Amino acid sequence: MQYLVSVIYDTADSATAAEMAAIDAFNERLQVAGHWVFAGGLASPCAATVVDNRGGEAMFTDGPFLESKEYLAGFWIIEAADLDVALKLAAEGSKACNRKVEVRPLLQPDA
Amino acid sequence: MSRIDAKDAISRAHYEEWARVVAALTRRFGDLDIAEEAAAEAFATAVERWPADGVPPNPGAWLTTTANRKAVDRIRRENKRDGKQKEAQLLNDSDPPEPLGPIEDDRLRLIFTCCHPALAMETRVALTLRMVGGLTVSEIARAFLVQEATMGRRITRAKAKIKAARIPYRVPSADDLPARVSGVLAVLFLVFNEGYLATGPDAEPVRYDLTAEAIRLTRLIRALMPEDGEVAGLLALMLLTEARRAARVSASGELVTLESQDRGAWDTALVAEGHRLVRERLAAGAAPGRYQILAAINAVHTSARDIRDTDWSQVLALYDQLVRLDPSPIIALNRAIAVAELDGAEVALATVNRLENRLAGYHAYHATRADLLRRLGRGQESRAAYDKAIELAGNTAEIAYLTRRRDEPA
Repeated sequence: MQYLVSVIYDTADSATAAEMAAIDAFNERLQVAGHWVFAGGLASPCAATVVDNRGGEAMFTDGPFLESKEYLAGFWIIEAADLDVALKLAAEGSKACNRKVEVRPLLQPDA
Repeated sequence: MSRIDAKDAISRAHYEEWARVVAALTRRFGDLDIAEEAAAEAFATAVERWPADGVPPNPGAWLTTTANRKAVDRIRRENKRDGKQKEAQLLNDSDPPEPLGPIEDDRLRLIFTCCHPALAMETRVALTLRMVGGLTVSEIARAFLVQEATMGRRITRAKAKIKAARIPYRVPSADDLPARVSGVLAVLFLVFNEGYLATGPDAEPVRYDLTAEAIRLTRLIRALMPEDGEVAGLLALMLLTEARRAARVSASGELVTLESQDRGAWDTALVAEGHRLVRERLAAGAAPGRYQILAAINAVHTSARDIRDTDWSQVLALYDQLVRLDPSPIIALNRAIAVAELDGAEVALATVNRLENRLAGYHAYHATRADLLRRLGRGQESRAAYDKAIELAGNTAEIAYLTRRRDEPA
């Protein structure tokens, strides 16, 4: 079972060197324990472009699709047996990056 | 077999077996929704069949077997509709159902799943009452004064989240157990308190159905985890509180405070059981948690044959212990009542006044102040405090009591 762990940016302070080191250490623990699927940090929402090609001609809009004080700053995709395992890992991740995180299951392909 | 006997047997089976049936089915089919629906159908079938066919020799086994069959039918129907050929869940279809023995773990699993910290508190309460307690959605909706459809959606959403997010169906590991047990106890205490101090203008002052259900479920957890001190503490606290129920509301529907209660109307069997549990925990010698200390405070109160015999210094010592564990302002407020008895209203009032910032919206803060001000002969201030307390109180019996006190000459 895979879970998306979204890192929520809600305070203005930027990542410190200590936080970066803690994130690296956490990533390594994820890899060693077989929980790692993928992770990434995101550039600020002002670098976003919204694309809508439902009408036949692609429309490009500058900026994020939702203006908000809280936004997605990065994410992990982790492999975990169940939500208890995922929540434990997410709690470690939140501590490492010093931000709150949201845990959401990925839809499972029909067995 | 008379119709009445069958009806009794069904109520008894519902009371004793509901959680067991739901728990066993959840384990077998890995799906709370299937388990709940199949259990409900099995009980409906019993209502149809038992009066005519007689009550089966082992009602629990009959219900589990019937519920299993209903669940298998539903999965088959859904598979056919979805065009699926095979479902792993049905592989052991022809296996006999698991024997109904003390597979108590299943019910414990069910409780921990329903009280999972990833669910909102109100959702945990609703789910526990439905899945473990066997209350209907409409009963739960009535208990919490919400529309039945709203409560139905809340429970449906919870089941969907448990499934989609894979909230596990198991007893937590030893590391997590204390925190998770305390989460379960918080759910049960909330149910009990809503029964004991029911809110709402149309609500009965004491909702016996809720206090009884909370006690029943706490007894179940106590039977499943007999070594846990806080489980014993919460059960004792509930029993010692419930013991005073008959004396707590007057014939005219007014709250009767501890000092004015007819102690002869207390339920001696519940008091004795509560005292036994408190003594058991004292003998265990382990550091008590908050429920055990609250139970001990209630044991001191229920040991006094007359309010004047109350050992207030013991009560205060227990509150001091509790404050160190739980610095909540509500605990500090209750502690002040013991302070008033030992050191006088003046000292107690100074303590209470310091809580204003945090408790200004809580009716008991104003009611306590009102009483202390009255004792100090400060009638006008006392009256204003009663007004505030009445405005904030939600329980009909309490409002009646506060109103009379306000209008009484000091």
